[in-house]
Amino acid sequence: MLRLLKKILQTGVVTEACKVPKDDELEALGIQIKRHIDKQFSGSIAIRQVDAGSCNGCELEIHALNNPYYDIERYGIHFVASPRHADVLLVTGPVSRHMQTALLRTYEATPNPKWVVAVGDCAACGGEFGVTYASCGAVANVIPVDMVISGCPPTPLALMKGLLGLMVR
Amino acid sequence: MSSSNWTTDFLSQLADVGIAVEQIPLPAISLWQIASPQWQQFAELAMLADLRWASGWAEHHDERLFINACFEKYGVYVLLRAIVNTAKPELPSQATVYPAANRSERHSQDMYGVNFLGHPDNRRWTRHKAWAKNHYPLRKDFPVAGMPETITPPDMDYPFVKAYGAGVYEIPVGPVHAGIIEPGHFRFQAVGELILNLEERLAYVHKGIEKIAEGRNPESLARLAGRISGDTTVGHTWAACRAMEQAAGVEIPARAALLRGILAERERVANHLGDMGAICNDVAFVFAQMQFTRLREDWLRTNAAVFGHRLLMDKIIPGGVACDLTDESAALITQGISQLRKELSEIMPAVDLNSSLEDRLYTAGYLAPDIAKAFGTLGYVGRASGQDFDVRRDAPYAPYDQANFKVALEDQGDIASRFWVRYKEINAALKLIGHFISQLTAGDILAEWQTPLPGSESLGIVEGWRGEIMAYVRFADDNKIARFYPRDPSILNWPALEKLTLNNIVPDFPVCNKSLNGSYSGNDL
Ligand code: SF4
Repeated sequence: MLRLLKKILQTGVVTEACKVPKDDELEALGIQIKRHIDKQFSGSIAIRQVDAGSCNGCELEIHALNNPYYDIERYGIHFVASPRHADVLLVTGPVSRHMQTALLRTYEATPNPKWVVAVGDCAACGGEFGVTYASCGAVANVIPVDMVISGCPPTPLALMKGLLGLMVR
Repeated sequence: MSSSNWTTDFLSQLADVGIAVEQIPLPAISLWQIASPQWQQFAELAMLADLRWASGWAEHHDERLFINACFEKYGVYVLLRAIVNTAKPELPSQATVYPAANRSERHSQDMYGVNFLGHPDNRRWTRHKAWAKNHYPLRKDFPVAGMPETITPPDMDYPFVKAYGAGVYEIPVGPVHAGIIEPGHFRFQAVGELILNLEERLAYVHKGIEKIAEGRNPESLARLAGRISGDTTVGHTWAACRAMEQAAGVEIPARAALLRGILAERERVANHLGDMGAICNDVAFVFAQMQFTRLREDWLRTNAAVFGHRLLMDKIIPGGVACDLTDESAALITQGISQLRKELSEIMPAVDLNSSLEDRLYTAGYLAPDIAKAFGTLGYVGRASGQDFDVRRDAPYAPYDQANFKVALEDQGDIASRFWVRYKEINAALKLIGHFISQLTAGDILAEWQTPLPGSESLGIVEGWRGEIMAYVRFADDNKIARFYPRDPSILNWPALEKLTLNNIVPDFPVCNKSLNGSYSGNDL
């Protein structure tokens, strides 16, 4: 127990400051806002992450948002287990055809008002996989998309800025 | 029979029972061709001779289908092939002998229409509802675009195994799970909290990787291989490049091999750190989760600073690497290694002495060595259950052929074993990275590419962070890919999860799953 406490004290707080981004900064990070969001989120966003066919690279970086450096929860942005509790669907991957119905149902299960953020080049445009017998390509081919955060995968910083961009500025 | 001479003895055993083998040397591997009716009999003898079944896939050539399987013993691989007719594509199953072959044969059944006679479980596997039963996406006459419906219906009527009896109930989970995790479906039969049976239903993220590989050039295939499983981008790209380089007769420069080694070991460390944290998190030991995710983040930032990409995507390219190491960046890496060593020396005793962690991880999720062997379980999962195999040591390739390192091995087979094997592998990887850096001498990092002869084929085998990765490549004319089949270790490890969760309680499933950490994307292709 003592070792544990000692290590906690030694480590201290490593969380880094991060400003809510301006529009031009978002653009520089490859983030597109398709539909402007105002007044809806003040202080809290509940996110349901849906992997609709990704290679799992995007998931690794979304995971990183919860590490002590980014600690995204301090902004009231948290990941929830059910779409019924979510404001935002964070969707990765080209949408595989085998996930198409699951994604549609998740979308339907999310209460209004809701926003969809397409994360990663695959979700943005189909990426390396495109549209085939097995893949529907971009998320926008299946459900309406409000924001795109591109990158392969996007860095945690780009993800965090993008999500902060959803908040009231 | 200590080394490679098992092939000679085995060939004579085959001759004794009348199995004629046509031996065809390929670059880096020998191809044994047999008559298709003897497919299963070969497997029976292979099992008696203690060969490991490592991979299986098919290939379409006009009126014929090539059926392939790869076997290994003492680090020597043999590629077995039989040819069947598309008019009557059938041959006796090897899955009756090797459980490891089960899902791969079902994959070939769905993708090529191969009928494996006597297969113990020939339900569809990769196919859900995106194409019809009598359509075979990997046949050459199937268009890449397919004939999809506007909305692909869910695979509702898949015949799961049922259990009946007083108090038995079923829990369906997925494909969309509660966490930030890939999709797949798990079907539990339970009594109270006890898991009686678990059945996996995967292929939700099947996105046609094998099909869209065809027609690509080497660079483009390498990029695709780097996206088979994002966490294994280095491993898969390396395996695919090795296969292509062998087929093309391209020798990579020594410096490039060392850099590849550094990249691969960095990938191993990053993933193991993430997994160790996640295992602790799944039993609510948040201290360790926070520490390990912090260390992982430090590690990835060094990746970004030195190589320009946090996950190291697209750094391995056909013929060599797309990144070099300056003295300053080598110093950065060395510094990161000693920092990590120091931190781990403080964290691991705290983890080791934690009795609540011990309570949850010891004896849970037990995978018996004989089951691990039967399923051909690989990597840290296999090595935690006594399967003493590592491509880097047993079938060494540059730069590992010039390095000394210890392969971590445990035989307890529980979650704790898989946790500690990972820790040992981190230590070995840190040593290897240091060694590779010390071996670097000035030189090229990219060899000139040579267009391979049409029809050239080879197998690229490397030890990824999850275990042995095997990529099969055949070239068509004009430097184009005719066939690509990447076998992620997850394909062989996923079935082990069904076994190691038995008799555990439902709430322990997440940590059991995490301790194995199969890739869905790498499995589903
Ligand atoms: S954008 Fe890149 S990292 Fe994300 S799913 Fe696609 S290939 Fe993987």
